[in-house]
Amino acid sequence: MKLMYFAWVRQRIGTANETVDVPADAATVEDLIAWLKTRGPGYAEAFRDTRAIRFAVNQEYVEPNHPVAAGDEVAFFPPVTGG
Amino acid sequence: MTVRVQEEDFDVGRELATLTAGNHAIGGLGVFVGLVRDIAGGQAVSAMSLEHYPGMTERQLEAIEREAHARWPLDASLIIHRVGDLMPGDNIVLVACASAHRQAALDATGFLIDWLKTKAPFWKREDTPEGARWVDARETDDAAAARWG
Repeated sequence: MKLMYFAWVRQRIGTANETVDVPADAATVEDLIAWLKTRGPGYAEAFRDTRAIRFAVNQEYVEPNHPVAAGDEVAFFPPVTGG
Repeated sequence: MTVRVQEEDFDVGRELATLTAGNHAIGGLGVFVGLVRDIAGGQAVSAMSLEHYPGMTERQLEAIEREAHARWPLDASLIIHRVGDLMPGDNIVLVACASAHRQAALDATGFLIDWLKTKAPFWKREDTPEGARWVDARETDDAAAARWG
């Protein structure tokens, strides 16, 4: 699974993207976040308040209960501030 | 329908001339240009950096533009958004919509910039005297987008 991080999520985690093998029981975006939070202090800090984070699976916005699968591109980022 | 995400500056006059060239059914052009301000939240801003999600950003902008064309009778439209390092006074974004009449052109332009601000994956970081900070999303932007339904 390819994970992508942007803005302060990227800064806290310390990398822009990574390819990982996620546990088989990580079936949804929120499962994935629960697992990511265990990977280190940067992850825990980035995902401390998940209400402050938006998610995309394969470049489409999704809700936290959206399923994820091996081969997906999953992105985590703050609410957008362009324009 | 055109969407461009680029580091380079754009020339508003040249972009608008290209947008309407050869189509004399166009009677009105709505235009919004966003610029980098030198103050935000009461703090001086000396520079801005814009990050995006290559691929998803373009897809979102194209989807927003298609929605504008579904809602209003547009002859042409254009969204250009810059990324990278910008300075106060620099152009950030250009949105333009062309139609036979002004109301569709103006409304579609307002719709596009309001939706862009809440849906397109861009993130601003500002340099201030107290250091760099990520710009927080504003509830007023959500409200502005929500009024279009």
